[in-house]
Formats: sequence, structure tokens, C-alpha cells
Amino acid sequence: MTGHDLRAEGLRLAYDAKVVVDGLTLAIPPGQITVIVGANACGKSTLLRGLARLLKPTAGGVHLDGESISRLPTREVATRVGILPQSPVAPEGLTVAELVARGRYPHQRWFQQWSAADEAAVAAALESTGTAELATRPVDELSGGQRQRAWIAMALAQGTPILLLDEPTTFLDLAHQVEVLDLLGELNATEGRTVVLVLHDLNQACRYAHHLVAMAEGSIVAEGRPSEVVSEELVTKVFGLECRVVPDPVAGTPLVIPVGARHRRPLVDFGSDPT
Amino acid sequence: MVPPWTRLERMERKGVVASRRWRAAGLVLAAAALVAVALASVAYGSKPIAVNRVLGSFFTFDGSSDHLIVRSLRVPRTLAGLGVGVALGMAGAVMQGVTRNPLADPGILGVNAGASLAVVLAIYGLDVTSPSGYVWFAFLGAAGASVVVYGLGSLGRDGATPVKLALAGAAMSALLGSVTTAILLLDVATLDQFRFWVVGSLAGRDATILRGVAPFLGAGALLALGSARSLNTLSLGDDVARSLGQRVGLARVCAAVAVVVLTGAAVAAAGPIGFIGLTVPHVARAITGPDYRWVLPYSAVLAPILLLGSDIAGRVVARPGELQVGIVTAFVGAPFFVALVRRRKLAEL
Repeated sequence: MTGHDLRAEGLRLAYDAKVVVDGLTLAIPPGQITVIVGANACGKSTLLRGLARLLKPTAGGVHLDGESISRLPTREVATRVGILPQSPVAPEGLTVAELVARGRYPHQRWFQQWSAADEAAVAAALESTGTAELATRPVDELSGGQRQRAWIAMALAQGTPILLLDEPTTFLDLAHQVEVLDLLGELNATEGRTVVLVLHDLNQACRYAHHLVAMAEGSIVAEGRPSEVVSEELVTKVFGLECRVVPDPVAGTPLVIPVGARHRRPLVDFGSDPT
Repeated sequence: MVPPWTRLERMERKGVVASRRWRAAGLVLAAAALVAVALASVAYGSKPIAVNRVLGSFFTFDGSSDHLIVRSLRVPRTLAGLGVGVALGMAGAVMQGVTRNPLADPGILGVNAGASLAVVLAIYGLDVTSPSGYVWFAFLGAAGASVVVYGLGSLGRDGATPVKLALAGAAMSALLGSVTTAILLLDVATLDQFRFWVVGSLAGRDATILRGVAPFLGAGALLALGSARSLNTLSLGDDVARSLGQRVGLARVCAAVAVVVLTGAAVAAAGPIGFIGLTVPHVARAITGPDYRWVLPYSAVLAPILLLGSDIAGRVVARPGELQVGIVTAFVGAPFFVALVRRRKLAEL
């Protein structure tokens, strides 16, 4: 599943007159996990939407395997790039199996609606996300973590070599966050899918990313391996936050510890401590 | 180990009807009920006619008054109810699907208001007096209002969102409605003619009207059925639909055209009959789950059952006079509407 090439060149993305991303050039490394981080409103979700042709660029372009993504038929793109937007909503009463089956839409035609390949892809997606036992349950009755896994299963059933996810861990508790990220890491490791994530948590980003992209004000500030890129200066630049960076005691990746105004070491010893 | 096929078959669907086979059987059952209701619609009325006399009028027509009533009055009326019911049911389902709005209905998207204004203008300005003359104006008005509402709803950064569409529809309804009222207040003769049409009635609909709108009903129904798959992807939200390779704008336009054609034709034939388009798709969804490939056929069969049933009730309740069907459906539909709004979680479609 490796080898598909997605890149943005001189990309400018805007909502009406408001330019959110400007002059951005980025190549998504095939077969790896790329994580995009940055402060709120830095344009990271917009970039993801642009990469998935959900937003038309006003200048520059996105290229998929060397062709302009906006010139390729959208259904063709849908067999190569899948995107899961932030907190999608399923219609009431839709079961997990039905939701996942809808991921097969780009592979179906009017005259051939449900093939053995569809069946196999849905079964595999349910299996690998651990949602097989939830298959008959309505999506709207699931817990947040289960629901997110069901949506990921839908995106997997779509069978695209490139998978983009916008903050897949939002609204999940810590255990479910790790569960979802582990699942994506597993999919990347076993099936070689190219995964692009937007994440809020810098430490999780450092842990799961092969390639980290740090954005500020619509441009890329730094990109590369987390261990090479993440530094106290970068975090200050990207988030405007003073911090310490130490090695993650479990994974060995950079661990960012914010300082915060209330815990800044006093510069002067007040001398009132009797010990 | 269980083969994946049977496992998936088993886990397949929720809803009252659990599998594809049962859903097909339910549809056949509903169709049988529709045939029964249609027969009843021909037999019952201010003058009840026995079923064997009804059948006799088709096969051994003898020119008696019973046979004449059946062939020239009750059959056209029943056929009109059938056609209008199918159109309203499917239009409501498509509308709810494309706007992802559980309260969507021809009234909300301004289609009724547009059709009504066009008819009033035709009566007032052009002296059109026969219902067969209204048809084209109602149709134009419905289409015009829908285009304007869709245009208004599409303005701005994220296109025609459900909320913006509903707001645009409500605003247009209010505007068109006040223009209609102003004209009616200016001219008493127009008011008298309009009054009968606006309530919605199947009475006095002769075969020519139905023949006039039938092609539109047929085309609209086909277009609606053709939209079922795209409605399924649209129901996951625009971004997901696009990600799945759906051309969202095109799908919306197709669905909107189906809605305009179906409601325009239905409104032209019988006046604005409310609540059928609102209630029936919800009943269909409760039976089949949210798959529009099933919701649409079920709506098409269930809606005429409700419409013809209401029409029969209107004929029986106020014998020897009758209640117009639009009033009866309001009695049935209004409590349903209230229940729908009062639900704690308004269904996301």
C-alpha cells in the first residue's frame, strides 16, 4: 500500500477573503505517520482539508501521484485518499455495520452495489478496529471511544492507501486517546498505510509521528523527526509557551513539559524558609 | 469459525425490520394495504357503494348512477390521492435527507408558499379560473421559491447547510405568505376561489389534472429513487460525503430538482397538503432504519395510505358533506409534529 505520493506546492487556502494557509509546500512521506501540530487557528485543519480536496486552493495546488488532485475525478481520489473530519455525526439509528459499509461507496456503481470485495473490506475493518461486536449497535448509542473507532472503521473500509484524520482523539478520555492512536500506529505498521493526523497533544504527536509538521500562522515552522525537531525554542515559537523538553521515560521521544506562569522558578530567594 | 458473510448478514441492520428480506416483505405488505385503502376510497363516500358494484363498474359498466359515480368521480379522486400521496411522501423524505433536517417539509422550504402565491397571482392578475389552469402556475411558483430558497441558503462560506436552508425557507415563506395575504385582502373574488384550493382537497380533481401532472410525478419519483444512494452519503455530513467521492453540489441539485418537481406537481394537483411529507418519512425510517434506499420506497407506499385514509375519514366523518383532506391530515399530523419537536433529542438525520 506504500508508494502513493501526496504533496502540496505553494498552497494557499482561504475561506472567502480570509487566507488561512499561504505558500505552503509539504510532501507527505509515503508509508509513514505524519502528525501536524500547532496552536489553535494556525491552519492545520484547513491544511488537512486542502490535502483531501475538501477545500479548493486559491493558489498553488495539491498533487496526488503527480496529478493535480482537483483535476482528478473525485471518486478516483476517494479510492486513494480518505479523510475523517473532526467529530463527524452519524444519522440516528445507523448501525456500525451500516456506517462501515458506507465507506465502500467509491467502489460501488449503480449496477454493482455490493461485491465480495466490499464484504471482505467491511469485515476486515470491523475486525481491526475491534468494532465487530458492536456491528448491530446504532452509532449514536455508543460511547465516544467506540464511536470514534466505528468512524475509523468506515475510513478503513474505504481502503485508501492514504488516510487523513482531523483530531481523532478530541473528546476522548486518555485511555481511549491512546487506544485510537495505537490502532492507527498498528494500521501503519501492518498495512503500510500512509497516515496524516492533526493532533493537539504535542507529546502524543512526538510519540506516534515518524514525521512531525509544526505550523504557525498558516506556514510550516519546522518539520522532520520529532527527536530532531522538537525543542524548547520550537515550542515557544509555535505555541508561545515556555517549556522544558525531556526524554519520554517510556518511548524515549521528546516530552514537552509546560512551565506556566504559576510554576516559574522564583528568581530571588525570599529567605523566609527556616530550613 | 463463522463465515464472515453470514456474520455480516446477521449484524446487518437495526430498526423494527431486521433484515433485507423482511424489509422487502414489509414493503409488499404495505403495498397490499395501499390497494385495500384505494379500493375503500372508491367504495366509501357520502354514498357508499358495495365493492362488487365497484368492481362491476370496471368490468360490466351499465351506466347506472353508482357506476357513473365510481368511474367519473371516485376513481379520478383516488388516483389523484395516490399520485399526490406518492409525491408528497417521497418529496418529504428527499427533503429531510438533503437538508439533514428532521422537520423539513414542503412548508419549511417555502415550496407551498411559492406555489400558493403563483396561484393567487394567476387568479388575480390573469383571471385563471380552473384548477387545470392553476397547475402550471403552482409548478412555476414551487420551482421559483425553491430556487430562491436554495440560493439564499447557499450564500456564505459553507454552502447550503441544513440550518441556513431552513432559515431561508422560513423567511421566504413569511415574505411570500404576506404578499399572498395582501392580494387576497385586496380582492374578495380571488379570496373565494383561492380558499377552496389552498386547504388542499382531492375532491373535484378530474382526470385531466392528473394526466397533466403525471409525467412530472413519474420523473420526480425516478429522480428521487436515483438520489437514494447519494442521500445516504450526504447524511454523513458534507465532508465525509466528499471524502467518499460524492459530488456534493451535484447530488444536492439532483435531490432539490426531485423535490421541486414532486411537490410542485402535488401542490398543483391538490393544493398544499401539509404534514404528509413531514410524518411519513419518519414512520418509514422507524421501520427500515436510516437507509434511503428503503426509506424512499416505504415513504412512497405509506404516504398514499395516509392521504387516502385521511380523505376517506373526511368523507365519512362529516356525511353527507365532507372535510377537505388537508384539514384531516392536519389533525393527524399536528400531534405528530408536536411529539417530534418535544423529543429530547431532535433526530440528527
